[in-house]
Parts: sequence; C-alpha cells; structure tokens
Amino acid sequence: MEKPDIEKLKKRTRTRNAVTKALIYTLLVVWALSVLFPFYWMVLTSVKSYGAYNAEYIPRFFTLSPTWENYREAFSAVPLGRYFLNTAIFTVLTTGLMMVVIVPAAYAFARLSFKGRDLVFTLFLSLMMIPTELVVITNFVTITDWDLRNSFTGLVLPSVTSVFYIYLLKENFAQVPDELYYAAKVDGTSDLKYLLKVMLPICRPTVITIIILKVIECWNSYVWPRLITDDPDFYLVSNGIQEIRENGFGRENIPAMMAAVVVISVPLILLFLVFRKKIMEGVSRGGTKG
Amino acid sequence: MKILLKNLTKTYPPRTRKESPVTAVDNFDFEIPDGKLVALLGPSGCGKSTVLNMICGLLEPTSGSIFFGDDDVTDLPPEHRGVGMVFQNYALYPHLTVQQNITFPLENIPKSRRPGKEEMKAKALEVAKLVQIDQLMERKPKEMSGGQQQRVAIARALVKRPGVLLLDEPLSNLDARLRLQTREEIRRIQRETGITTIFVTHDQEEAMSISDMIVVMKEGVLQQIGRPQEVYDCPANLFVAKFLGTPPINVLEGSVREGMLYLGEDPVLKVKGAADQDVIVGIRPEGFIPVPEGESTEGAMKCTLKALEVMGRDVSVVSSHPAAQTETIRSIIRAEDKVDEGLRTVAFRLRPGKVFLFRKETEERLMFEAE
Amino acid sequence: MRKNGWKGWLYLLPAVAFLGVFMVYPLVDVLIYSLEEGYNSASQTFFGVGLYNYSYVLHDTYFLQALKNTFILVIITVPLSTGIALLISLALSSIKWLQNLFQTVFFLPYVTNTLAVGLVFMILFKKTAYSDGLVNLIIIWFGGESVDFIEGPYWARMFVLCFYTIWIVMPFKILILTSALASVNRTYYDAARIDGTSRFRIFTRITLPMISPIIFYLVITGFIGAFKAYSDSVALFGVNLNAAGMNTIVGYIYDMLYGSGGGYPSFAGAAAIILFAIVLTITCINLLISGKMQANTAE
Repeated sequence: MEKPDIEKLKKRTRTRNAVTKALIYTLLVVWALSVLFPFYWMVLTSVKSYGAYNAEYIPRFFTLSPTWENYREAFSAVPLGRYFLNTAIFTVLTTGLMMVVIVPAAYAFARLSFKGRDLVFTLFLSLMMIPTELVVITNFVTITDWDLRNSFTGLVLPSVTSVFYIYLLKENFAQVPDELYYAAKVDGTSDLKYLLKVMLPICRPTVITIIILKVIECWNSYVWPRLITDDPDFYLVSNGIQEIRENGFGRENIPAMMAAVVVISVPLILLFLVFRKKIMEGVSRGGTKG
Repeated sequence: MKILLKNLTKTYPPRTRKESPVTAVDNFDFEIPDGKLVALLGPSGCGKSTVLNMICGLLEPTSGSIFFGDDDVTDLPPEHRGVGMVFQNYALYPHLTVQQNITFPLENIPKSRRPGKEEMKAKALEVAKLVQIDQLMERKPKEMSGGQQQRVAIARALVKRPGVLLLDEPLSNLDARLRLQTREEIRRIQRETGITTIFVTHDQEEAMSISDMIVVMKEGVLQQIGRPQEVYDCPANLFVAKFLGTPPINVLEGSVREGMLYLGEDPVLKVKGAADQDVIVGIRPEGFIPVPEGESTEGAMKCTLKALEVMGRDVSVVSSHPAAQTETIRSIIRAEDKVDEGLRTVAFRLRPGKVFLFRKETEERLMFEAE
Repeated sequence: MRKNGWKGWLYLLPAVAFLGVFMVYPLVDVLIYSLEEGYNSASQTFFGVGLYNYSYVLHDTYFLQALKNTFILVIITVPLSTGIALLISLALSSIKWLQNLFQTVFFLPYVTNTLAVGLVFMILFKKTAYSDGLVNLIIIWFGGESVDFIEGPYWARMFVLCFYTIWIVMPFKILILTSALASVNRTYYDAARIDGTSRFRIFTRITLPMISPIIFYLVITGFIGAFKAYSDSVALFGVNLNAAGMNTIVGYIYDMLYGSGGGYPSFAGAAAIILFAIVLTITCINLLISGKMQANTAE
C-alpha cells in the first residue's frame, strides 16, 4: 500500500466532513422553516389589526402593535365557540363509543375461542382495504333515510368502528401471557372483569395511543361532517373554517380568519407536544393521514 | 505489521450532568509484534472493543497515539489504515451474495488502482479457498450457517490483504462445537497469511488456546500482557489469577509469619522472602497433592471433604476450608492418588509453583521464593 | 372452552353490527347504485340496469377534469415527496445535535387541520387588490412576474396544490423513513467505512437496498393517498371545485352526491367504483414492479 500523506489526508477529510455537515444542517433548517413559516404567519396575521393588515401592500414580518381584537371577533362574529363545542362533543362521543365497540371485539379475537373466529378475523382484515369513498355514498343515503342528518348520532355512527384499531389492540392483547387468564379463571374472575381489570391496564399504552390517534382523526374530520350537516349548529371546526372562508367575516377580514385558524390549531398542537412520543410511535406503527 | 499503542486513552463524556466522565480505556501502552495472533481479554464492558475500534479507526482516541509499523495512524481514517475487520454479528450485507460481499471492499478502491472484474473474482476466490467457502460463492448470507457466515466475514476482511486483521468476539455467536472448530480455523488462517491479528474475547479458554499473546484488561485498565502460559503461571494480580484457568483458582485468606504461610493457625507452605502480613492466597486446582493415607498430615492443608467427581484421567475433589473465600475448594488430582470417599477430611500438600500470594489491600502479586 | 362459543360472538356483536351496516352493506349497495340507470333519489325509482352511469361519468367534462387533476397531482407529488422525505430523513439520521427538535418540528403538519392550514397557504399565495401576497413578493424580489396562484393560470394553481399536498404528507414519510434508517444495523456502516466506501456508495449499495421495502410501502400508500386527494384542494380553492377547475375524483364523487350539483348517488357510485378500479390497478402494478426489483437485487 502506498503511504498516504497524513497531514493532507487529515485536512481533506476534515474539510469534507465540515462541508457535508453544513449542507445537512442547511437542508434541515430550510425544511424546518418551510414547516414553521405558515404557523408563524398565521399567528402573526392573527395579531395584526384589520386596518394595519390591509394597509400593508408589502406584508411585514413582524408587528409592533399586536392586538387581541381578531380573537374577540373570531368568537363573536361567527359561532366559533359553538363549532368548538360541537367538535369536542363529536370527538368524545366517537372515541368513547369506538372504545366500547373495539375493545370487546379485540378481546374476542385475542382471548376467546369460538367457531369461525379465524375466518371472521380474516374478513375483518380484508375490510381494511376498502376505501371510505366507496362506502360513504350509501352511508350518506342511509343516514338521510334514517332522518339523522344534522344530529350527533348521524355524525358519529359511521366512524365508531375501525378495523385497524381492532387489529392493533388484538395484537397487543395476544401478548398478554395465557397464565394470567388461567389464574384469573381459577379465581373465578369473569371474562368481562378480566378484560377490564387485567387486560386493559396491561395494554394501557396501546389504548392511549389509539385514543390519541382517534382524537386527531376526529378533530380534523371534514368530509363526512360536511355531507351530513348543513345546519351551522352542528358544524365541526373544519366545516366552520370552510364556512368562515366562504361567508364569514366578509371575505376580506383575513386577520380574524387567521385568529380562528390559530384557535382551531392550538389544541392539537398542544396534544402533540404533550404526547409527542406516543403519537409518533403510534403513527409509525401503521397510521396514515386521515 | 507491528502495532504500537502509546498512552492510548478513551474517555466518554458524561451522559447527564450528574455522572462523571467514563474512561473506557486508560493509558494503554504496549507493542504487538509483527505476525502474531493476539487476544484482548477481559470481562464484558472492560473496554476491549473500544481498543479494537480505536485501532481500526472507527473511534477517535481522546489522547495518545497508535502506530502501524513506524507510521503514526492515530488521525488516519479507517480506509487508509489497511485493516480488515470482522464484526461480532459479521455485518454481511444480506442483499449481496458471498461473492459480492467479498468483492465489496475491492470495488471501493479508486478507479485508477482498482483491479479488473476478472482479477477481483480471482482474488475473491483465492480468499474463499483459504477460508474454505469457495463452494458457496452464490449463496446469500441468510442461506448459510453461523460458522459459514463467519468465514465469509473473514474472507471479506482479508481480500484487500490488510496489514492488520481485527476480530470482535469472533466466536460468541457460534454454538459450542463450532466454536472449538472455528478457533482452530482462525489460528490456521492467521498462520497461513502471517497477518498480525488481534481478536477480542471474554472467554479466557479461547484466548489461551490459540493466541501467541494475551492482553488482559479490566475496567479500561491494562492488567497484564504476555504469552498465555506466562500469564497463567505468573499472574500479575488477583484479578488475572481469577480470570484465567478452568476450574477457577481457589482463593483463601491467609497470613505470612516468619517465612511461613498460615491458613488460619495451620502452617501450609514455606514462603521465603515474603514479609509478614495478611495475604490473599490463590491456589490453582492442580496445586494440591493429597497426603497418602497413614502418613503424617503435619504441615498439610486439611479440608473437609464434600464430594469426589471422577473425570477419568483426573479426579476433582470438592472440599471446604474455613479460610476459603468461596464455599468450596476445587482441586484436581491424578486418578492414581486415591482419596477415600468415606473420609471426612482430606489433607493436601501444596505445589509451591501453583500457589500465589497477593497483598490484601492492592491485590498485587507478592513474590516469594519456593524451596 | 367450548362454552365460550356464544360469548365470543357476543363480544364481537357491536363491531360486526357496525361494520355490517356501514361497511359491508354499502359495498354491495354502491355497486347496485352504479348500475341503476336514471335513479331518482326523491322517488327512489330507476328505469333499468346497465352501464349508462359509467358512460355518463366517463364523458362528463367535470369528471375528466378531475381525473386529469388527480393524475397530475399523483405523478408530481408521490415521487417528489418520497424523494425529498428520503433526503431529509438521511440528513436527520446523520446528525445528533438538535435531532429531536427537528424531528418534532417536521412532524407538526401531521397534527394540523388540513382545512385550517390550507387557509394560511391560500393567503400566502393569493394575489388580491390590496397585496400581491408574500410568495409573489418574493418572486418579484428575484425579478419574476407576480401571478395569482389561487385564481390565476392552471399551472400556478396546480403548483400550490402540489406544494400543499407535499407539505401535508411529508411528516408521515419522514417519520417512517427515519425509523427505517435507524433500524439498519450500524455495523454495516462501520464495515463499509473500514473498506473505505464512499458516502454515495454506502447509500446506493447498502442503505437503499436495505430500506427498499419501506420505500415501496411509502410509494404504494402515497399513490393510494394522492388518488384520494380532496380536502387539500378544498382548503385552497373553496368548496366549488368544479368552478375553480381544481376538482379531484373524490371531490367529483361528493359533488355528485351532495351540494349544489348533487343528488345523483348513481353517478357518484360509478365514479367511486372507477376510482377504486384505478387505485387497485396502480397498486397491483406497484406490487409487480416492487416484486421484480426485489428479485433483481437478489441476483
């Protein structure tokens, strides 16, 4: 092997590493800015006064006289509070009902033995392939026929089952050792009690992940609520935002619009910052957007 | 190629503010002669892999330097050091065949110096023959046994004709039978190629059986360097004495008084030249000679017999002694030196060369002249 | 445990009931809808059975526009977002300092309301009487000509839509790719470094083959997701997408079902089944290609 010039080599390696590192951080910072900038802009715009905003032909990157006026406007001129409350009710109802439906189902697949279990499970899994777009048409007609439009029941019903979450929970349940079940049976514990007192506490992390993912899904859901509600009393935030965009504030009051956007975005961002690890873990285990 | 480590130190910064920095390798200073097979031996977490990674250039030392021959390679990136490395889990690329795995390092050579396709194949075949896997060139790693994978990894490390071959726990992923076979194989390959080879292991038997030289370390500190027999026969301290040898050395509390070693109140061995003090006594299992029945047990070590384990050529005597640090004392005697199983106590005379004394505080070896 | 027989079904009952009513039945029903010609949702009557609905949809200019928009969106955003996400994930996994912070920031779009943030994008790109908007200002700074991205030329509207779609799908892809990269055993890289492998070769010969299954997974889910694009478009261009010329297939389905042009579940059903067929075909092609590629690297 020829003898390399060590000093030169050292220098070259060092320069190359420094350049690569600089490029890497530049790329990351650029993307971070493109992600953060819209958020910054929406907060910034929401604290600019209506007059100031419209007077800026060249938008300013900061404001020296922030105002809460837009937030007051957002809650008074349009029923933002109402949308909020609706979404909260919708989210709690859907998530709660979903847990009631999927927990026993997952338990049945994981723990109970009965004829046709494996077949039914396969059928369940194959349902995961079905896109919502395909079934939404009939569901729309069904809910209309049942006279449930503009009601929470109509909003909630079609989304209280999720095959994917049943699958996720079943996998987790199946990891709980059989001995625990037999021990509980020997003690005369009923299945329901075992499920509630043993299974669920052991699988709490997964349960929490599922709840969080479902809450995010509910908070952002748009298509179904839009189909099923045309009475603003039942609008969720997504529909509310769309309504505000089309009709509220007069189309030009951008700062007030942005204030509404901030108010809608904050809860989820807070949730994310608190449960960052859980959410990212849950999503990487198979969640997709929407 | 000769390898020289000069004051080599690696310190890891503390992970949290409360912790203090961890010194993984503390001031290593020794030379590995050209063409030898050297074992870095120590319990897990003693920093032996850190030494290996610094030699190959994956880790940068905190201070000190490394020389290959006369060249200072301390700051040289790994690819310019001319080392071949075999990783503990082999690190064979799962999507490449054996052939492709072996030629992979060659393909990295800059175009101007890179051998042609045919030449690469020939070189790969040559090393494959050396490690006896030339029949498996089209296999994928997944389709081979652990032992075969190990050979491919060695072939890949050797194909560039490195000046130094490094192996990180080469045998730990193999089952017991393969381990014996593979370690002979490593010895053979090293002999045939004459490449200076360093391997890391926590298994003293492995290190003793095939290496020309062993380097014993503990918690980042070098304990002893030498030929295996040398280290076994003349351990520098209690740790080395305990770490080497199966069954392990027996450790007892004792004291030296006027040139005589006492266990409890019984004198057992003349130890000329050792000053009076309390000591730790290490006795190799083969250091016991049973006193034949009927002879005087004056000046012998009297143990309570617990069991006899017949192993054919040898007999292992399990007994206990009040001065021992462990519950049992294990001695290995020739089958001819009969010990009656019915006896309650058994008396041994000690072979002076198999008895080591250590200072109580430092656990350093205390030398004495045997008579 | 035989006596558990009825119990198992009892535990499954709610799930089976809901899935039956809102998943399985609609699946059959939508096929029927799509075949019933001249269905009237008010009187619930129809003339006959046939493929007329499909023919109508396939000749509807709005549908063709939606089809074109969706295809352009898919072809641009899927490769681009996967590529950029791969680049960013590689960068992200090669650093230690601030890695967590970047990871958190990059994930933010995932937890935002598509409709809400879409509004922000709209005002960033929109040109109004009062202001050219921020993006246009930047274009002007660089000596370009301002353009209305929201109501201006088709390419400009398409650009914003693609941009926003990529922005929205990035977090998921970055997350998946970063964890895939992290799962590649480090010793492969150590081994490669000792052999003096260049960064580029490490990437093409080691990293890429090892994470290729994940990339294919992302491409397939990316295709499926992009074909179902809808709310991003609504967020940027408003509810009346046909008028804006920015409708998507899913948007067309909903418009047929409900709203100003709605009340035609048969047409909606036909469009939904066409969409399903397209997605299925593309997915199969993808799986075929990925199978071939895997077999090739295996050689």
